[in-house]
Amino acid sequence: MEACIMDGTTMKCGAVSGLSTVVNAISLARLVMEKTPHIYLAFDGAEAFAREQGVETVDPNHFVTPENIERLEQAKEANRVQIDFTQPAKGDIRKENAEANGGDSQIGTVGCVALDSHGNLASATSTGGLVNKMVGRIGDTPVIGAGTYANSYCAVSATGKGEAIIKATVAREVAALMEYKGLSLKEAAAYVIEEKVAKGNAGLVAVSANGEVTMPFNTTGMFRACATEDGHSEISIWN
Amino acid sequence: MGGWAIAVHGGAGIDPSLPLQRQEEACQALLSALHLGISALRSASSAVDVVELVVLESSKGRQKRSSGYWPCNCFRPNCCPCGSNSLDPCLWILWIRFGSVRELELNPLFNSGCGSALTAQGTVEMDASIMDGSTRKCGAVSGLSTVKNPISLARLVMDKSPHAYLAFDGAEAFARQHGAEIVDTSFFIIEENVIRLKQAKEAKSIQFDYRLPSKGWDTCASEAEQMVQMNGVPISLYSPETVGCVVVDALGRCAAATSTGGLINKMCGRIGDSPLIGAGTYACNICAVSATGEGEAIIRATLARDVAALMEFKGISLKEAVDCAIHERLEDGKGGLIAVSNDGHVICGFNTTGMFRALATEDGHMEVGLWD
Repeated sequence: MEACIMDGTTMKCGAVSGLSTVVNAISLARLVMEKTPHIYLAFDGAEAFAREQGVETVDPNHFVTPENIERLEQAKEANRVQIDFTQPAKGDIRKENAEANGGDSQIGTVGCVALDSHGNLASATSTGGLVNKMVGRIGDTPVIGAGTYANSYCAVSATGKGEAIIKATVAREVAALMEYKGLSLKEAAAYVIEEKVAKGNAGLVAVSANGEVTMPFNTTGMFRACATEDGHSEISIWN
Repeated sequence: MGGWAIAVHGGAGIDPSLPLQRQEEACQALLSALHLGISALRSASSAVDVVELVVLESSKGRQKRSSGYWPCNCFRPNCCPCGSNSLDPCLWILWIRFGSVRELELNPLFNSGCGSALTAQGTVEMDASIMDGSTRKCGAVSGLSTVKNPISLARLVMDKSPHAYLAFDGAEAFARQHGAEIVDTSFFIIEENVIRLKQAKEAKSIQFDYRLPSKGWDTCASEAEQMVQMNGVPISLYSPETVGCVVVDALGRCAAATSTGGLINKMCGRIGDSPLIGAGTYACNICAVSATGEGEAIIRATLARDVAALMEFKGISLKEAVDCAIHERLEDGKGGLIAVSNDGHVICGFNTTGMFRALATEDGHMEVGLWD
């Protein structure tokens, strides 16, 4: 499991990877940010830090569900690394459904971006990774600038195919377009999702310093919700 | 401009009192790596092959020195190792004739591979990343302790796995599956760094706010040196962390590679900027960048990506982008970087006390340096 948090005001950040027993990965990422001189801790070192900090840990089996096991079997059968969790399909249509849905449903990674009443921006993302990924694979979530980023312009949390998000430095790209090219949040985010990442590979949520919110994606759906102080709110899955 | 260009670095943040002999050895190592890259470029190798080769070749055998060395300047073009007839009077090159190829990754002068900085537990954790600007494909590895050539493993991740980044046990397993050369971890531990680790612990160098001087640390060094720290470590104990290479080849393709042994006395499992795409390494169709220095500052600044973003979105030159990245984006952090652009420009920028680097372009310009 991986997680990452970034404070757009101070540019401080924390990230963790390779966790298998820590109940709240994002809280451990925050502790890395606040209690160490480092940004990113992974695997055994991260687990050791978790114990030093006394955070809640459980047996790794806590995180393994029957649905996940079934998804893994499907992915292995199709010899595919899945972008995220499909519904485990039953019976004859299993393979067809898995292919149709492969890459398009988003449940495994969660993220949040926020602008507070003082104008501070922050972003946080947490994931269990890809179904059938190689052991030790790190995705975009803990890579500052890829899956998570915040500065004084905006806060971004991305999700999708980690490899595509890493090479496109998605989260940083949105902020850089605003900062260096003067685009609005909506324009910057739309551009990154439409032009910089292959279709079917990514979505993001983002807020800007002036209160804009945007949630573009180039997959068939993305679980998302947003709210602003003036009363606007939205919960959606599809386009 | 146009034509190929190459730069190599051996880390930023050099002890100002580094003995002259060590400085000369460093120049030799840098030049050797540079010439390896130049030969490959002349043989029309692609940018991504060249950056891997330059960072990797270090692992293929130790340097054999032949007797004697001579200082050379480019008024005597026949002694320029590249065979160029450049008569740039500003260059002063000190170099040695080599019996065989000299490495960067396994050169104990530079931290990465053999001579890696030791973690707080005295262990080795190596990271590396590589990026091909023409495709923006990338590969990265972290937490290696037995893989002889981290940069080649990063390349294998890029070319032979469905992923971009593998770490620790998973990366080690991948290495074995793909027949990468494995050695005992003790191969990477040198006496000098064992001593350095002990000294760093004594200096209580890694503190929560590492910009404060260590309390109660007495030294005979000058006051200026007392205050100079890199990554929370007194500069006199600090060994530059990283090696890197950036190349634009004859077809205008850019690539970057960075490899590090980490940070002295770091927490186990700490990952710095070197394997993070956009921080320590980045390449696109406009430029390629390899950064080094205070990893956390480089991560916050997404330094390598920012050089490219400044060029792409603000339309400024490579030099302007590098200046902005180093002098504005790093804020309080210390670091350096090398970069090339697709039109054959190459540059180094740093705000540290020195940076080991060497640069060359197809038109014959070549330089090697440590200081400003």
